[in-house]
Amino acid sequence: MSTLFDVPGPVARRRMVWVNIAATVVVAGIGVWVLLRLGDKGQLNPALWKPFLTASPWVDYLIPGLIDTLTAAGISIVTSAVFGFVFGLGRLSPSRAVRAVSGTIVEFFRAVPVLLMMIFFYLGLGKLQILEPSDVPLVAVVLGLTFYNGSVFAELVRSGVHGLPRGQREAALAVGLRGGQSLRLIEVPQALIAMLPAIASQLVVILKDTALGLIVTYPELLDAARRFGSGNGNILQALVVAALIFIVINYGLTRLADLLAGRVGKRTAGKPRAEAPSLVVATGND
Amino acid sequence: MDDGFLQQYLSLFDEFDVLAAFWVNIQLTFFAGILALILGTVLATMRISPVPSLQWAGSTYVTLLRNTPLTIIMVFCVLGLWGQLGITLSPDFTTNFFRLAVVGLTVYHAAFVCEALRSGVNTVPVGQAEAARAIGLSFWPAARLIILPQAFRGSVAPLGNVLIALTKNSTVAAAASVAEASSLMRTMIEFRPDVIVAIFLTFALGFVLIVVPIGLATTALSRRLAVAR
Repeated sequence: MSTLFDVPGPVARRRMVWVNIAATVVVAGIGVWVLLRLGDKGQLNPALWKPFLTASPWVDYLIPGLIDTLTAAGISIVTSAVFGFVFGLGRLSPSRAVRAVSGTIVEFFRAVPVLLMMIFFYLGLGKLQILEPSDVPLVAVVLGLTFYNGSVFAELVRSGVHGLPRGQREAALAVGLRGGQSLRLIEVPQALIAMLPAIASQLVVILKDTALGLIVTYPELLDAARRFGSGNGNILQALVVAALIFIVINYGLTRLADLLAGRVGKRTAGKPRAEAPSLVVATGND
Repeated sequence: MDDGFLQQYLSLFDEFDVLAAFWVNIQLTFFAGILALILGTVLATMRISPVPSLQWAGSTYVTLLRNTPLTIIMVFCVLGLWGQLGITLSPDFTTNFFRLAVVGLTVYHAAFVCEALRSGVNTVPVGQAEAARAIGLSFWPAARLIILPQAFRGSVAPLGNVLIALTKNSTVAAAASVAEASSLMRTMIEFRPDVIVAIFLTFALGFVLIVVPIGLATTALSRRLAVAR
């Protein structure tokens, strides 16, 4: 039973059937209306959709775009993990100075929009001319994603360790481990397992944010779809196809996160969490 | 920092109206925030209703919108809604793009508002509902007096996170040709590459100054409103 509703009796069940039918009609009506409007504008014309059943848009645009998207996301995941590990441990350091510096860096990058960082790195790297000009957009996208998502990962490491029962560290110290060893061997591994679902849902964020690369001329999936669509007069259809590709991949990752949340429970003393902890909460007493 | 650098840096503010650009972001956040709250509440009501077709419609909306990059939605608003379907929200060019961006931000964040509200309902233990029934309250009194007040208090913190995300995501309106902070930063850097770091830090700090108070306020509010259990 849910919090709000009792198990329905016969009268409620009969009423629910009628409400359900009425609601179906309304929802289907909205759908039909949208399709009719699209049809009026000629957007349902098969000629606009058919190209996506042929090889050319996929081979020439969508698949190379998807590869670029996955490349940026893949590199960013690795670099964010390194960044998050370093600064997450920094926030747990016994030295107050290290904690303060790591905390400031992490909170700063979590408050700055990713797009702002991407534009800064794009123009900055372009000006410095230390990279091949063709590499600049990819590096800008990766750096922007790394600083933001790395900070989120750092928060996950920190709050994961804080979420463990106190007894874990006490037991580790009691058997003669040092503080650092306890952190490395006992606490962080369990924290990471507890945070796996949250890490998996952060991967969705990384993948979605690669689409910001469009604004700094990175030829990712959205940009590829846009180029194909404007060249063939079916921009609306191309955007829908690109969105569907993102939805399918992200839905898979979300399901993975749910699956992990159900599984990891027994392998850690911490509480599995599905989402990243919120901003600024951390400045308090914990 | 020598005098010349400071002079150069300050001269930027004569040439470019930084505050006006941030004001656009705040307006985008304000309007999209209110509309997303309304749409998200409707969606959350659908998802927690006992009517299967409404549940299905609500969860399909959330699954689709939550997994689509905001950038695609923004580009779709401009190239699709306006460019292809001819939907015009204002005769004025700038206002039209602004309103299309508000539509994009709204439909995207409504999915997250819905999830935040729903997670608020989930924080209420089943025992509360059972106790309400046990003392003889029927559905509406139980929902109005016992469950929803606790649910709203439980969703303050996640709603605050959505508001923070919305504030930062208002920069993506640049993809819908709205002249807001990130596009002004780009213009400024392109005109004055000599002070690029100072320009970036100015804008980054601007966002920190907007986002951190929101975070502190919603955290304080959610702690104050938290139901002791």
